[in-house]
Amino acid sequence: MRYIPNADADRQVMLREIGRRSIDALFADVPQAVIDAHRPLGLPAKSELEVLATLTRLAEVNTASRRIPLLGGGIYDHYVPRVVHHLASRSEFVTAYTPYQPEISQGTLTVMFEFQTMVCELLGMEIANASMYDGATALAEAALMAERIRKRGKVAVAANLFSHQRRVLQTYAWAAGIELVDVPFVPSGRSDLSRLPEGISALVLQSPNAFGVLEDLDGLKSRLGEALLIVSTYPLAMGALQPPGAFGADIVVGEGQCLGLAMGYGGPLLGLFATRKEHLRQLPGRVAGRTVDVDGRVGYTMTAQTREQHIRREKATSNICTNSAHCALTATVYLASLGAVGLRDVALLNLEKAHYLATRIAKLKGYSLVFDAPFFNEFVVRPSDGDADAMHQRLEAEGFLVESPGAMAELGVPNALRIAVTERRTREELDRIVKILGGKR
Amino acid sequence: MRTIFEQGPSGAAEGIFPACDVPAQGAAAWLGRDLARSEAPRIPNVSETTVARHYTRLSKLNYGVDDGIYPLGSCTMKYNPKLNEDVAALPGFADAHPGAEEVHVQGCLEFLYELTRLLEGIAGLPGVTLQPVAGAHGELTGMFLFRKHFELRGDTGRQRILLPDSAHGTNPASAAVAGFSVTQIPSNACGTVDLEALRAELDDTVAGIMLTVPNTLGIFETDILEITRAVHDAGGLCYFDGANLNSFLGRARPGDMGADAFHFNLHKTLSTPHGGGGPGAGAVAVSERLVDLLPVPRVVKRGDRYALDWDRPKSIGSVHSFYGNVLVALKAYAYILQLGDEGLRAVSDNAVLNANYLQERLKRTYALPYDRLCKHEFVLTSEGLADGVTTLDVAKRLIDYGVHPPTVYFPLIVHEALMIEPTETESKEELDRFAEILERIAAEAREHPDRLHEAPTRAPVRRLDQTAAARNPVFTFPFEENAASAP
Amino acid sequence: MSYPTGYRYTKEHEWVKVEGSRARVGITDHAQAELGDVVFVELPTVGADVKQGGLLGTVESVKAVSDINAPVSGKVIEVNRELESSPETVNQAPHDAGWIAVIELANPSETASLLDAAAYEALLA
Repeated sequence: MRYIPNADADRQVMLREIGRRSIDALFADVPQAVIDAHRPLGLPAKSELEVLATLTRLAEVNTASRRIPLLGGGIYDHYVPRVVHHLASRSEFVTAYTPYQPEISQGTLTVMFEFQTMVCELLGMEIANASMYDGATALAEAALMAERIRKRGKVAVAANLFSHQRRVLQTYAWAAGIELVDVPFVPSGRSDLSRLPEGISALVLQSPNAFGVLEDLDGLKSRLGEALLIVSTYPLAMGALQPPGAFGADIVVGEGQCLGLAMGYGGPLLGLFATRKEHLRQLPGRVAGRTVDVDGRVGYTMTAQTREQHIRREKATSNICTNSAHCALTATVYLASLGAVGLRDVALLNLEKAHYLATRIAKLKGYSLVFDAPFFNEFVVRPSDGDADAMHQRLEAEGFLVESPGAMAELGVPNALRIAVTERRTREELDRIVKILGGKR
Repeated sequence: MRTIFEQGPSGAAEGIFPACDVPAQGAAAWLGRDLARSEAPRIPNVSETTVARHYTRLSKLNYGVDDGIYPLGSCTMKYNPKLNEDVAALPGFADAHPGAEEVHVQGCLEFLYELTRLLEGIAGLPGVTLQPVAGAHGELTGMFLFRKHFELRGDTGRQRILLPDSAHGTNPASAAVAGFSVTQIPSNACGTVDLEALRAELDDTVAGIMLTVPNTLGIFETDILEITRAVHDAGGLCYFDGANLNSFLGRARPGDMGADAFHFNLHKTLSTPHGGGGPGAGAVAVSERLVDLLPVPRVVKRGDRYALDWDRPKSIGSVHSFYGNVLVALKAYAYILQLGDEGLRAVSDNAVLNANYLQERLKRTYALPYDRLCKHEFVLTSEGLADGVTTLDVAKRLIDYGVHPPTVYFPLIVHEALMIEPTETESKEELDRFAEILERIAAEAREHPDRLHEAPTRAPVRRLDQTAAARNPVFTFPFEENAASAP
Repeated sequence: MSYPTGYRYTKEHEWVKVEGSRARVGITDHAQAELGDVVFVELPTVGADVKQGGLLGTVESVKAVSDINAPVSGKVIEVNRELESSPETVNQAPHDAGWIAVIELANPSETASLLDAAAYEALLA
């Protein structure tokens, strides 16, 4: 075995040293019945060459990556500058553990600190943690945190949340005994905020929401009274959009895949989690802080750990331990590579191209945009004949990768397709879409 | 340490993205003034050279498995094969959108399906979900499954989870997030679960027990069959924390020990890297009675096609946005394929041999509170080494010798604990070198304790002021302060 | 360290100083020494009713959290806001400036069940 350096001769010496006759004797404490019951997998070992060949072949079976994606819904086909992968792949970053020994983990810790800062800058918030698993668990943890603070047993949730985020939130809330009440949406695609539910610990909104539509957060916070405002958002869009923090949100979460991560069939992802300083003691997850060493040199360390499971055990603010550290590092390098200017540029490219396509499609006979509120880079289209399946098939037949109409139907918007446009889509591709849809059926 | 925020503006991101090829109108035109960003985030605009040098310099301040032995107990810091990284970067996998229809992602679904079957085989249990993305997430999923199991049976009085006092902190925290209360079971003189104390707690308020096998002292629960039988007889379920699977991989199966739910740490046992704290993957295997409760969607095979099955009415729902950390699972899959049955068994053989060899040598210098056959790890104490010398001092002195310290101050039942897990990927030569350093430090503790107290002196920074960090939290770069002090 | 003789103590290392119908409450020198550098004190809410032995607040060091139990029952009428910015006062002056809260005694006879300085010192010995 090439990952096991010891030779048989070494093993014999070691066994002699510990006074055991065989390797089997090292397992004398495992009940014999358990040993006897063991069954192998029937799996022969393969060489590196064979494994690489097998998996390369399997990768090619996936046609998704060779198509032109118009899919969004939380995961987007963004361009990642090459330098990001090269730097993030350095083995000192990849093969390190959680920075429990800060003196030899300043690389990881400094990046954590930079990441927290960038997340706060993006979202307009005061403190952020070093990451959660994904946007969905970040949102679920936000609801649990709000419930710990306000203890009303009830959280109001926008009906136009991404389905995958809603599902995870539901699981966590069910176990914690938190009642979720729906906030319906109005014809514009925005949440109906005219009548806010009473007695809630928090209101959960998503902006841009599952229809791509931007919610109207202006003045909302002051109408919520004691209830916390939780907003789930699209971090890359913050290059062009006013961040939720500017509207007084108490907790802001988001899916950070858009910040330099592969789509990877949905994982690993990156949960962003930010809040206000006053809620520090209720923050879930790890955080790095700045301090000095005994010689007065600036350094970074994990801190505020009394919130965490290894100290507070069942009273911890979360059970999270392993998080998405390396994804956070990748996002940090991505943001550093773009800078504020590049981030604005890429966000505007998304915005302009999506609006170019949406405007052109809306002008076609037989198609309309389902919602008319402002949107960022995805929108929902409905063919006037109601046959979204046919529309889907025509785009797929031309090499595009399109979401099934079932995704919108699940949110109560039947016979419609959601289309996302990123900076990677060219005008030629967008014009081709218009041509396909405008052509004879 | 200078951060990216302290690198002078040296350029901008011009040239990464093409100019806009559609008629542009600007954010305010499309969105209105209120929704368009009014103030840019303070992310510096620097050249690619600056970015490359900054993060390369930071990387050199880290210690990784590729630098040398990383004997963190409970963490299984084994070598991460490079093949895994390349496989996960194959565009067919890396660029697959999770919303793509099944027909376009048959390759992803096939490997997820096949890996699921392999993990079921390793666990000796009939169902596996790949959705949880970390060990603690696996525990939480297990606790959700327990809750659902009793809810479906109408047995809602079972609100207590039992755990040994040597448990990882994630265990009680996971139980609590899933809405359970926690009762601690003391360990006996051998460091294993006190069977009588356990029996005394078992009644119809107990939902189950969470065990780590072998436990966090590296000791196998020799009474494991009695423990799981007692819990089952009392109507409870058994959760196994799989952090220590490296000690019996290919030799024994949790399913044969009575586990109802068991999580794998793919990032420990199955060689995927830790990345400075994540991402991991925490696949959960379950017994027959919990299979229908597993998270949706499940990957299934229909004829020769693979599909996602959402129609699982008894399911707890979802615990992750999509299908778990797919690219991490892919690395673990590549690893299992390379190892085969023989290789899997060689992992635990050598992990346990290495640990016992080190334990035997080091117990001559450091006290070993539980002196018995260990599995893949063991726990020493610095108590009695020398007056005024703590485990923290020993750990920091190891840094001066260029070695990563073991896990310290855990498990909580051993004072001044040093928890050492060498893994199978270290050679005898490396183990001898590590032991020699620890022995030299023990001698220094008596003869030159100041060297330990002052350590580390050869690291990028010396001991950090943890008290100041906690009293005056600075979690984000102080832009204002920096601007004020600028020349 | 000698413990003030006018105070009463609990086995969980809190102290009480009766001031008329009120009691000033804190943690003992022994408690602060065991905990190490205090970095945060979670104070009770003014106006809250607490029961003897019930949770009054928490005190945190870098690596540990310790509950502060109410040594007497009553209503919290004052808390030591100074500790929010200077938690180290608990280490520096645990028996006076590092006090945690003042409680309006609901049942003054409760203090009789607490230890006197000699008994507390014996407990520590």
